Amino acid sequence: MSWILIPFKIIGSYTHRFIRELGRMACFIAVSLFWMVFPPYLLQRVIKQVHFIGVKTTPVIVLTGSFTGMVLALQTYYALAKFGAESSLGPVVALSLIRELGPVISALMVTGCAGSALTAEIGIMRITEQIDALDAMALNPHKYLIVPNIIAGILSLPLLNAIFVVLGVFGGYAISVGLMDLSSGTYFQGIRDFIKTKDIFEGLCKSLSFGFLITWISCYKGYFTGYGAEGVSKSTIQSVVLSSVLILIWDYFMTSIMIL
Amino acid sequence: MIKVVDLFKSFKDHEVLSGVNLTIASGCSTALIGGSGQGKSILLKHIIGLLRPDKGKVLVDNQDISKLRRRPRKQLKERFGIVFQGGALFDSLTVFDNVAFPLREKTRLKEPVIRDKVLHELSRVGLSGAENKYPSEISGGMKKRVALARCLIMNPEIVLFDEPTAGLDPLIGKAIHRMIWECQKSFKFTALIVTHEIPAIFSIVDNIAMLYNGKIIFTGTPEEIRASQDPVVHQFIHGELEGPISLK
Ligand SMILES: Nc1ncnc2c1ncn2[C@@H]1O[C@H](COP(=O)(O)OP(=O)(O)OP(=O)(O)O)[C@@H](O)[C@H]1O
Ligand SMILES: [Mg+2]
Repeated sequence: MSWILIPFKIIGSYTHRFIRELGRMACFIAVSLFWMVFPPYLLQRVIKQVHFIGVKTTPVIVLTGSFTGMVLALQTYYALAKFGAESSLGPVVALSLIRELGPVISALMVTGCAGSALTAEIGIMRITEQIDALDAMALNPHKYLIVPNIIAGILSLPLLNAIFVVLGVFGGYAISVGLMDLSSGTYFQGIRDFIKTKDIFEGLCKSLSFGFLITWISCYKGYFTGYGAEGVSKSTIQSVVLSSVLILIWDYFMTSIMIL
Repeated sequence: MIKVVDLFKSFKDHEVLSGVNLTIASGCSTALIGGSGQGKSILLKHIIGLLRPDKGKVLVDNQDISKLRRRPRKQLKERFGIVFQGGALFDSLTVFDNVAFPLREKTRLKEPVIRDKVLHELSRVGLSGAENKYPSEISGGMKKRVALARCLIMNPEIVLFDEPTAGLDPLIGKAIHRMIWECQKSFKFTALIVTHEIPAIFSIVDNIAMLYNGKIIFTGTPEEIRASQDPVVHQFIHGELEGPISLK
């Protein structure tokens, strides 16, 4: 082949791979949504998976939530002091946490803790033929493995987000009242005045969609894993990277839609 | 009756099955022999519908499993049982829960009934007392036997065994062969047994099929295979190093 064609061939093959991957992901989620609608509903498995995600992630959420709130209060105080607007520290911290940092950081933490574990677990089930065994028993693997995880993701992310935000707000409170000598009334009164139900609702919507995204990608990557331990480790890395990137991109679009 | 017709399957450029034709009569036991990596496990997965053929078809009672719609396909699958080569036990469940799994998911039996059945099945494969262990805590041979118990507990009509006795000591291996034979005679299920246990397997099956280079090159009774003049078959069943099969 002439050397002129080589770049086109490379670009073509990457594009082809990319589009095929997108198609497979779309089919994967379509099949899962199909099975989500039809009975039997495996409530117990959903609860088990919520437990799985919760147990893995809650300690991390507690830590990151409170420290994010604390550092946010420090930084915001520093900036607000330049304008002499220290009294609005409370609402600024709360607003950033509720609308942006809470959903995004908690989603990233879930990706790191639970998403990776999910991919590895499903990947191992694939390479040890456990998924084939389910299929051979005429039990649909989507129904048994994927759907409970996706529902659990949608349910647990908003909860974890809520924990994150509450701890963050109190972390900010500890800094501003304990360290910066703001009065505790100012901090909370500002929050009460400026935060609307809409803000909270939008934050929860975001984290709900992140829950869907994370479990979708983690399950997908595990379900179509390569061969052997190496295949599983590769899928796990890919699932964490892809979920994290998509969370941030999707976050931008969600925000721009909701603000407009 | 299971009929495999002109089955082709390749992975990337590696053609594993190239025109397999095989008929397995109902109620009979058939052994599938052949060298390592010849595609025996792949063939089993086609029969149960886990893999789709590139070309050709698998007919079970004249129904093509890859063309069936969802519900009849499910009904057909429920008639099958398979013991995977690696056991494929659910490693998040104990031995007991693994064996109970199909009963809990597919039947409406009460828990005490399930308990009795599972314990009976486990004692049959010689695993009483191991029911609370997890698959990671038991040996490879024990896993095989748990997988066997999990498969047989549903009394399937057609059972595919992928090397049920590989990795077992000679006594247990013999006991498992005997158990398969007894079950097969009493429940009259159709059995397809992939195995390397030559000649031990000859005494418990009705027919033998041999897979070589992607095709079935021999089918017949154990007596016929012993008398076969085909150089490949002869070399394989006598385990001779000299002959048409090269080990490179
Ligand atoms: N998913 C796959 N992708 C690519 N090649 C595969 C795949 N599965 C199996 N193969 C190839 O197909 C061939 C047959 O594999 P199979 O597992 O059926 O062998 P086998 O006859 O069961 O061998 P053994 O007796 O050792 O179990 C092997 O050469 C293997 O490399
Ligand atoms: Mg095999």
